[in-house]
Amino acid sequence: LEGSISKMAGADGDDSLYPIAVLIDELRNEDVQLRLNSIKKLSTIALALGVERTRTELLPFLTDTIYDEDEVLLALAEQLGNFTMLVGGPEYVHCLLPPLESLATVEETVVRDKAVESLRKISQEHSPVDLEVHFEPLVKRLASGDWFTSRTSACGLFSVCYPRVSSTVKAEIRQHFRTLCSDDTPMVRRAAASKLGEFAKVLELDYVKSDIISLFTALASDEQDSVRLLAVEACVSIATLLPQEDLETLVMPTLRQAAEDKSWRVRYMVADKFSELQKAVGPEITKNDLVPAFQNLLKDCEAEVRAAAANKVKEFCENLPEDNREQIIMTHILPCVKELVSDTNQHVKSALASVIMGLSTILGKDNTIEHLLPLFLAQLKDECPEVRLNIISNLDCVNEVIGIRQLSQSLLPAIVELAEDAKWRVRLAIIEYMPLLAGQLGVEFFDEKLNTLCMAWLIDHVYAIREAATCNLMKLVEKFGAEWAQNTIVPKVLGMANDPNYLHRMTTLFCINALSEACGQEITTKQMLPVVLKMSNDQVANVRFNVAKSLQKIGPVLDSNALQTEVKPVLEKLATDTDMDVKYFAQEAISVLALA
Amino acid sequence: METTKLPPSSPSSPTTSFSVPSAEKVDGFPRRSMRRARQRRSHSSSQFRYQSSQVELTPLPLLKDAPVAELHDLFCKKLQQCCVLFDFLDCVADLKGKEIKRAALNELVESVATSRGVLIEPLYPEAIKMISVNIFRTLPPSENPEFDPEEDEPTLEASWPHLQLVYEFFLRFLESPDFQPSMAKRYVDQKFVLQLLELFDSEDPREREYLKTILHRVYGKLLGLRAYIRKQINNIFLRFIYETEHFNGVAELLEILGSIINGFALPLKAEHKQFLVRVLIPLHTAKSLSIFHAQLAYCVVQFMEKDATVTEYIIRGLLKYWPKTCTQKEVMFLGEIEEILDVIEPSQFIRVQEPLFKQIAACISSPHFQVAERALYFWNNEYILSLIEENCQVILPLVFATLYRVSKEHWNQTIVSLIYNVLKTFMEMNSKLFDDLTASYKVEKQKELKRERERAELWRGLEEHQERRMQMLTEAARNHKRVYSRLASPRWQLFVKRRQLCDPRSKPYLLSDLSV
Repeated sequence: LEGSISKMAGADGDDSLYPIAVLIDELRNEDVQLRLNSIKKLSTIALALGVERTRTELLPFLTDTIYDEDEVLLALAEQLGNFTMLVGGPEYVHCLLPPLESLATVEETVVRDKAVESLRKISQEHSPVDLEVHFEPLVKRLASGDWFTSRTSACGLFSVCYPRVSSTVKAEIRQHFRTLCSDDTPMVRRAAASKLGEFAKVLELDYVKSDIISLFTALASDEQDSVRLLAVEACVSIATLLPQEDLETLVMPTLRQAAEDKSWRVRYMVADKFSELQKAVGPEITKNDLVPAFQNLLKDCEAEVRAAAANKVKEFCENLPEDNREQIIMTHILPCVKELVSDTNQHVKSALASVIMGLSTILGKDNTIEHLLPLFLAQLKDECPEVRLNIISNLDCVNEVIGIRQLSQSLLPAIVELAEDAKWRVRLAIIEYMPLLAGQLGVEFFDEKLNTLCMAWLIDHVYAIREAATCNLMKLVEKFGAEWAQNTIVPKVLGMANDPNYLHRMTTLFCINALSEACGQEITTKQMLPVVLKMSNDQVANVRFNVAKSLQKIGPVLDSNALQTEVKPVLEKLATDTDMDVKYFAQEAISVLALA
Repeated sequence: METTKLPPSSPSSPTTSFSVPSAEKVDGFPRRSMRRARQRRSHSSSQFRYQSSQVELTPLPLLKDAPVAELHDLFCKKLQQCCVLFDFLDCVADLKGKEIKRAALNELVESVATSRGVLIEPLYPEAIKMISVNIFRTLPPSENPEFDPEEDEPTLEASWPHLQLVYEFFLRFLESPDFQPSMAKRYVDQKFVLQLLELFDSEDPREREYLKTILHRVYGKLLGLRAYIRKQINNIFLRFIYETEHFNGVAELLEILGSIINGFALPLKAEHKQFLVRVLIPLHTAKSLSIFHAQLAYCVVQFMEKDATVTEYIIRGLLKYWPKTCTQKEVMFLGEIEEILDVIEPSQFIRVQEPLFKQIAACISSPHFQVAERALYFWNNEYILSLIEENCQVILPLVFATLYRVSKEHWNQTIVSLIYNVLKTFMEMNSKLFDDLTASYKVEKQKELKRERERAELWRGLEEHQERRMQMLTEAARNHKRVYSRLASPRWQLFVKRRQLCDPRSKPYLLSDLSV
């Protein structure tokens, strides 16, 4: 095999063709953009040079000249992660370490992170021996670097080499990690704290207990809240690793303290990771500790924390131990939830609204009707449109438990109000739920209550709404069938063709484009086509060229007779129109429909 | 068919539907001013939740009426009284208590500012405790996550009526002629300073203003803390640049640093140079540069005036971080460059003129006329003009092609006429060189085109080569993988282990060893 690789190296000895100087000139070009382009094609250059010269000439050049724009360095760091084959395969992969080491000390975070990512990648390609001879010393150098950047980078490398080195080296690695956890600069402590969980996972259980726990405790009581909050993340991994009986003494004191931290950022993090924490500590601790902690987070004085906790209500309840889940929810969680429904902060309410419907499946029909329904109804009347929208968009959960009819009386005004909201994004969002609502409420209710709304959106003053309304009609027809379309919407749509506003006339065309397929050949030919053809005489050019576009669109639905006798003459006439856009689209339609 | 009656909260009833201002109805977007109006709110930190039971305050006798023997005792009691915190979000809660505390604070301020001999040693821990309890708190989350200090109104601190007096007291305390740094340093320690620095993130500009003066006094009086303060400011800046991009007090901290730099001893210590190169220069990359650019530029120029040898670091640093897409920042950079050039030493100018004028040429050809205009204004600066004249042989060839091209192409008439003036100036400076460059302009253009063609040719060749090679390599990689997977086999592992035992420093294993 060695032979085959060197043969490869020999085979590309086109030295005279591509002298390294020319290639390096490209990498040095004065124009950053050109330099960047060359770096992005570094593999091309390496291939041209062959593995031998890539190792002996290109890599040293790259290592020496690392002082460039961050964008160039980022591209370089990324390239080098995929360079193993280009330097001759895994036995030479360590040649890539020097340039990546320099990149891992750069100031700019994205460059450094990319360098670390590439280092992690190529660490897997090192043999165990190479790992100890080349890779691990690099990690040590970075870990004891002068400037914080190299020490931060080191934090991300411990866990990839630890499992594959000898026990003496392992001890050294643990020592280095310990040192970085109590580093002078908060940046390094943050990096160490964010890698604590990952590092714990590769450690032997005894060391997790002896080393990691003390580091975890120290980081979780750091003077800076930005460090403490990262320890919460690590808490999840650590708790997962430890046997149940150790959790109480080793993890819980710290977790309890974090849940009551004086900084809202830390409490926010606890709330944000609550489901993960819950799974990691198991049902017993959840019952005794996490339930009261969760109650406190739901009542926190900062809205940010309450919103994060409110987001977790459903997941938390779902994961409660089944034997007394209902009792815990009813006595401990639901009272807090009730308060949140009338919270002063709209983010909290809308976070709650996005999950609260999920509780109905957990609590069953009777509890839902008695306790949850009043909350849903209250939220449907909330002053903040986002809250109402979140309730409506999750209706499917309730539908399964109690049927949507229970809600329909309150639903309707809420939908109507959202449909006319001043913010078009809100209107857009409610339109998107229409097909779903229509499916759940049934065709009768729909015709009675919602059809008018759907038609009103077609003449909205915002184009995005008209467009969404068109698409909505198509989905409704798919749901309710062509016959329904013919009776309820097609007449109204076609009626708009005579509207004095040309934007409304165009909407007719857009609707026809969307509906023709779902309505089928008969309706398209008999009802829609005549209207389209008639509009080819419209005085507004935009309408005329949209006629051409529509004909192109509905052409495939029509039979060849209609195409030849009705469509073709109209398109031919439009192809001689005075407006050049009309001409263009007519000609395009003629060629696409093969009518020439 | 049955008709459903709409419940009273239907949108058609004008009383219940929330009213939408007509302006909002037009485009569907709330206008900035309206958003702002909603944000004119004050907030308070979450500290009240930690106060157990509210203590009822009772007014103490006035300090000025106290007999001298009891003065210190009373002062101390007042300090303790001021440790009680009040909820200012509820503006009617405990009005009596709030008033008692306000009066006590006023008295304390007055007393420490005017009377001598008040500050005796036992009062230091009490005073620092009172200050800490009141000012140190976790700052609440910003009301507006996309808070833009230039556009939005800041959220003001609700407890300011008390907080201001506490800050005022702290300031008077530090400025008092009786203030003894040797006593204070036991209580104003590193931990205290760290918390003080974190408060600079406050959104309330009034608070930051006090903090700025206070930190400056602390830096001036407590010499033992100076290095620590500088280091922590470094950390705040580095976090701001590379991690969060958010910190409200950057301008204030820079202002303090401006005067600190002024006092640096010569020659500059490595620590200070490192601060310039690794912190101040990278600060230019921040998105919110405009908020603190004036203070930052001042610091940079201070460094140059201290020690001219840092000029090259500064200019090359700015060129490295030159804005690529943000023209507003580009104009700021050009402004800073002019400030620098105003005080540059001619010997230093020569070292940076080449990269600098390449950038200036690039700015002149910017399609954004403000950028081009700002760059062309350099020629109105007499000192810069004299530097250009001295180095005309180098600079003119760097900018000539751009000036020539842009004078024919730029859309903006002002720019075109400014360029004509610059060309005229150059013509007067060195007409011979000017004529030569005009004559060779076309030839140079041709050469450039030729180089471009050659480059395209080179890359075409390289890519063709790559295609051929990639096929071979994938083939080889496939073979290689097959063999390499055997490395994981237990037999190979055993072999490795044995060899390792014989000689731990043995060479890395080659795949050719895999003949076992």
